[in-house]
Amino acid sequence: MSLEIINLWYVVSAALFIFGLKQLGSPATAVKGNKLSSIAMLIAVVVTLFNENILPWEWIIGAILVGSLIGAITAQKVEMTSMPEMVALFNGSGGIASLMVGWAALYNVGNTTFTDITILISILIGGMTFSGSILAWGKLSEVINSAAVVFGAQRFVNALILVAIVVCSVMFCLEPSVESPYLYAVIALALIFGVMAVLPIGGADMPVVISLLNSYSGLAACAAGFAINNNILIVAGSMVGAAGIILTNIMCKAMNRSLGHVLFSGFGTVKEATKVEGEVKPINSEDAFLILEAAQSVTFVPGYGMAVAQAQHVVRELGELLEKNGAEVTYAIHPVAGRMPGHMNVLLAEANVPYDQLVEMEDINPRIDKVDVAVVIPAARNDENSPIYGMPIINVDYAQTVFVLKRSMASGFSGVDNPLFFGDNTRMLFGDAKQSIAAVVAEFKT
Amino acid sequence: MDAVFLALILMLSIFLGFELISKVPATLHTPLMSGANAISGITIVGALISAGSGTDMLATILGAAAVMFATINVVGGYMVTNRMLSMFKKKDVDPSGGKS
Repeated sequence: MSLEIINLWYVVSAALFIFGLKQLGSPATAVKGNKLSSIAMLIAVVVTLFNENILPWEWIIGAILVGSLIGAITAQKVEMTSMPEMVALFNGSGGIASLMVGWAALYNVGNTTFTDITILISILIGGMTFSGSILAWGKLSEVINSAAVVFGAQRFVNALILVAIVVCSVMFCLEPSVESPYLYAVIALALIFGVMAVLPIGGADMPVVISLLNSYSGLAACAAGFAINNNILIVAGSMVGAAGIILTNIMCKAMNRSLGHVLFSGFGTVKEATKVEGEVKPINSEDAFLILEAAQSVTFVPGYGMAVAQAQHVVRELGELLEKNGAEVTYAIHPVAGRMPGHMNVLLAEANVPYDQLVEMEDINPRIDKVDVAVVIPAARNDENSPIYGMPIINVDYAQTVFVLKRSMASGFSGVDNPLFFGDNTRMLFGDAKQSIAAVVAEFKT
Repeated sequence: MDAVFLALILMLSIFLGFELISKVPATLHTPLMSGANAISGITIVGALISAGSGTDMLATILGAAAVMFATINVVGGYMVTNRMLSMFKKKDVDPSGGKS
């Protein structure tokens, strides 16, 4: 097949990607959209195989087999709760792939300086995406401490790395060669920079980082497209880049913080929050049941605690019992609840919660005072010295009664203490969220 | 292809990306992200081509490794997105809940 015909097929593929992405944006057509976009990918890969300048076949077949096997097994096995970790890992593998594409493109003869620059950019973004994603994965799966790491000279060190990257890149472009020591320096610096970029970001900001890395992995593919003069890489890569930026922006707005603040401030470590004083009122499942039974409207406010306890199924069961009992049941979902955007929606969908019962923060807040019981499976309410002050929240404390399910009084993943626990209308139901709710369900059934 | 033309494509696709994504409901954010993530595996096309013209062994190995990583991204990304989206579809079919 000639290059023109291959490029023509790329246009078809690009159109399908665009259409697929559009359909992915609406619940009714999302499944179809995902399939369309996978067909687009298949077309792009298959026509590329007709290019004369591809890798030797045995390498291609081997690599695709191994890659598909790993990808398919992970996709089947992963728990819905670990979705953020998995997206982080997939991002990382996309990033390292773009780095290698750039690197391998250096072996082509007759690269112009413009091509060399785009190669460097794809190596840089790819490398950053890779090491940043691995670190994000480590923080999310709590292999390493999820808290923000901030040290005094951090900005200085980062600036130094950036300068070094620029210097090495310029030196490389002056005398481009695959053996250039500056190439290795750029690769190493890109990897270090990715780590430095994610280090100061704490657990609570992880949804932002995941979206941002997602965007980077698209931009890396886009840069690789420039490096090898390929339009489908540019189209698909930049659409992913744009999509990632938009999701990042949505997350930032939901937390009332600027992107710059998330990236550089080392959230949650700078100020000491005011020590919250007060009396905690514990409650047992029997009393919780009595209150819930009398309630006319109940709102569940799920946070990552629900995911950890795998409590989504019992929550749904309790929700159904309450509905049978004549109460109006809703699930109020904070935009950044969980560890990636929309994470709670996926978990509740997994447990078969009908999606007309899921409401967003802006919709529930105006009518929260009419809610008899809000069941919080922890989420945050904060005072002005708290590091997350200013983040828009679900005003559960305006509900008639608030149940907070919590394992103990230790502070959560975001490392923030919560005045809600000491409120007058708050009752704490200590213990594993799943067991606590199961106990309430059992009360209903007797 | 000349750089200006590629830059034009870049600009148009970024605008398109913004237009397509800006009105997506929160429920779909996670599948959207993993779907977009799968699309970023398009770098597999680059991996297939990039190393082919050279005869250097290292380039071939780099290319093959890139193909493998990109395939993980593509196959894993699409499959997991599909798995998630099918959860949104099935309602009251299986009352015990689809335990993964």
